[in-house]
Amino acid sequence: MMGSENYHPLQQEEDEGIEQMETLTLDANNSSKDDDISISKSYSNYRSAMTTLSSSSAEHPLLSPPSIGVSDPLLSVGSPSYADVVFTPPESTSHVDELTISPRSQSSSSEADYLRISVLNPQKVVEPSNSIVPGGNTYITYLITTNTNISDYGGSDFSTRRRFKDFVTLSDRLSEGYRGYFIPPRPDKSVVESQVMQKQDFVEQRRAELEKYLRRLAGHPVIKKSEELRVFLTVQGRMPLPTSIDVASRVLDGAVKLPKQLLGESSSVVEPQDAVQPAKGGRDLLRYFKELKQSVVNDWGNSRPPVEEEDKEFLEKKEKLLDLEQQLTNASKQAESLVKAQQDMGDTMGEFGLASIKLTKFENEQAVLHTQRVRAADMKIVATAAVKTSRLYRELNAQTVKHLASAAFFFLDTLHEYMGLMLAVHNAFSDRSSALLTVQTLISELSSLHSRTEKLETASSKIFGGDKSRNHKLDELKDAIRVTEDAKSCAVREYERIKENNRGEIQRLDKERQADFVNMLKGFVTNQVAYNEKIANEWAKVAEETSKYAKEST
Amino acid sequence: MNVQQRSGSGPMAQSPRSPSSQPPYLTVSVSDPAKMGNGVQAYISYKVITKTNLPEYEGPEKIVIRRYNDFVWLRDRLFEKYKGVFIPPLPEKSTVEKFRFSAEFIEMRRQALDVFVNRIASHHELQQSYDLRMFLQADEQSMERARSQETGIFKKKPGDLMQIFKDVQSRVSDVVLGKEKPVEESNPEYEKLKNYIFQLEDHLAEAQKHAYRLVKRHRDFGKAVNLLGNSEGNDLGKAFADLGAKSEVLSVKLQREAHHLLMNFEEPLKDYVRAVQSIKATLSERANAFRHHCELAETIKFKEIDMNKLRLTQSEKLAEAEREYEELKADGAEATRRFETIVKLMNEEIVRFQEQKTIDMGLAFHEFAKGQANLAKGIADAWRSLLPKLEACST
Repeated sequence: MMGSENYHPLQQEEDEGIEQMETLTLDANNSSKDDDISISKSYSNYRSAMTTLSSSSAEHPLLSPPSIGVSDPLLSVGSPSYADVVFTPPESTSHVDELTISPRSQSSSSEADYLRISVLNPQKVVEPSNSIVPGGNTYITYLITTNTNISDYGGSDFSTRRRFKDFVTLSDRLSEGYRGYFIPPRPDKSVVESQVMQKQDFVEQRRAELEKYLRRLAGHPVIKKSEELRVFLTVQGRMPLPTSIDVASRVLDGAVKLPKQLLGESSSVVEPQDAVQPAKGGRDLLRYFKELKQSVVNDWGNSRPPVEEEDKEFLEKKEKLLDLEQQLTNASKQAESLVKAQQDMGDTMGEFGLASIKLTKFENEQAVLHTQRVRAADMKIVATAAVKTSRLYRELNAQTVKHLASAAFFFLDTLHEYMGLMLAVHNAFSDRSSALLTVQTLISELSSLHSRTEKLETASSKIFGGDKSRNHKLDELKDAIRVTEDAKSCAVREYERIKENNRGEIQRLDKERQADFVNMLKGFVTNQVAYNEKIANEWAKVAEETSKYAKEST
Repeated sequence: MNVQQRSGSGPMAQSPRSPSSQPPYLTVSVSDPAKMGNGVQAYISYKVITKTNLPEYEGPEKIVIRRYNDFVWLRDRLFEKYKGVFIPPLPEKSTVEKFRFSAEFIEMRRQALDVFVNRIASHHELQQSYDLRMFLQADEQSMERARSQETGIFKKKPGDLMQIFKDVQSRVSDVVLGKEKPVEESNPEYEKLKNYIFQLEDHLAEAQKHAYRLVKRHRDFGKAVNLLGNSEGNDLGKAFADLGAKSEVLSVKLQREAHHLLMNFEEPLKDYVRAVQSIKATLSERANAFRHHCELAETIKFKEIDMNKLRLTQSEKLAEAEREYEELKADGAEATRRFETIVKLMNEEIVRFQEQKTIDMGLAFHEFAKGQANLAKGIADAWRSLLPKLEACST
């Protein structure tokens, strides 16, 4: 069919993409019953959606392009599942059209500078050991596939195999090279024993985490253009990035120490699908926020020790963050009581309905007079509506919990990012302060040397030819000072640069956050509208059917 | 409240001496609750306004002050005098001190008392009662005197009512005379009615319990929604501020619906339960009357045997015995007549009751549905109005 001589890989991909889109759309529709699974997928997709900064315009939620790598089961259901989290219309799909939510899934094909990455196909590698220690070195490698239109890459499709250690290296290199930027944290090294590594579940979990991580990197406007990432994604064979550890990795370790819960992937946190159980839903929100509090405490412990100079900006921001953390804790309690109240309403309505149905049956069985049957019929209408309403409340509540839990993740994410940014600047600040201190020390050394030199020069001018060794020492000192001054200027410039990067990052974050949060609110509100309309219709019908009594009475 | 609306008992009996060409009317209202007295002695008094053109009543309008216990007195007197009639139920006497004077409780009680008096005024038997006239017209001192003369005999607690039935059961086992005399009616219609009433009470009580909870849930929901508005995220100020404002609106709607539910749905259900309990009291009166009639019949039989013995022996006690026998026969006839009256009245009453309950519950269902529809629609509208603002936020 490809009669044309030109090969258009992009065009072909789009065609395949459309086919895949259609499949996925069907899958998304069918998955609506599978609440548990779709929610955890929603969260994983939400998180990957969160990291990708694309300027995609408003797209129809169900038709956003899917990722490549359909073999991944986690992805095969509704790629832009943020829309799932946001809104599942009750039976009708008309509301979906009204939504103009733009989920930030992987970039659309119309986007400039995209990187579409997948992590696939974990394979065990056994290296015969060269050391005295018997037994081989066993590890898992993952196939990394990349599709891109970034010109620096010099190609559009790449694939290479990497192991976890390579990811650590990449992460370390990035934090050195991009100080002041928020570097998305890599998956934990975690306490992994080799036995555990064999387990399918762990490998699958890690694969998913690594994929998310790379996608977050690819979504960062600056990092996606980085040399380090390009090398990681494209170079075959052993990864050429140096693995040396330096000061910068201290920052990284600090970020990595954040509890796994923040990444939303630890099994020690109640899984999002459990959060959907209406009865527990509210309580889990509280738990998320408790963990947030803990992570804040942990993180401050990883900031650099205070220096002579006080970083006032940092201290102010720290106060603000702690404030925000308190506000969020309060909000979580209130969200919990809202969920509970909504739940109780639905339950009681249902109980009332059932009791009424029993009463209806009773009256019908015992009826002696016609009027009893009439009354029983009326009661049945009411009972049926009550039971229906109860079911609608239950559905609405499940959605509400989804929204609120997703809001919880959202806030955790945001705070995490802010904290990382703040720490980066704070650490840069302390670097600068150290550099300044060093320079000051050297300058005072220099001035004492100068005074010694003067004395020397006065003395040596009386000697012909001067004192060569002392002159040499002087020159050395002057060189040292020059170098140190340069280093100081560097440190100061570096600090300013980092601060500038930081400011840009914070602005970018603020805008993203705003957009995301508003989208979430929209989803929550739209749901409330839809369900309450349904409930109103049910009762309006009953009111109509019993309106004869109202007329009789007036 | 106007007489014609409240019951299907038919038009009022026309008084032959009614002078005016106007149709006879008797309208009563219970209003203006006011707290009287202090401390432990404190109570609520109500204004009872009667408007009528009936000759038995003094003048076209009369206003008296009554308290809850006066209504209880009236109910007890009617219960004594009109056996077989389902006496309209009274709202419960609340023993919880704090609740006793809450505005909502007082309003609920006032409404229920108003309904109570009007049901009596529109019942073709009860409306002719002298006690009703006394209640509606007597000055406060006479009323108090009448109330204090009331002895405990007429005050039947629900526990006492059940005891009567229990006594009946135990007497069955006591009867070891070999005489197959039932002390309770074995008439299948009666059995069916009795079972129906007892089971109905259980079913209704359960439905009413859930209705009560539903009211509470609305209030709780209102509170929870309100709290959500108070939590603010400063960075996203505008969006949150709007959300908060809406929450306030929603909270008010929910609280209002809670009140509407209470007055127009839960209260009618409670009233239904009370009515059924009143019927149970009437059932026990019927059982009493039946037992009384049976006992007398038995006594008469024994007396007849005695009399015949005396006749044979030609004792001088015969004349006295014959006199006693005639008295007993008269009493027996009276007891039988009373019992049969109760049965007849009850048969009419049950039909009237069922008709009325269908209307009452139909209206209650309608109010319930209307309220829920309005509430849900209001909530949907309130949320929907937020969307354009959110839309603006994201651009």
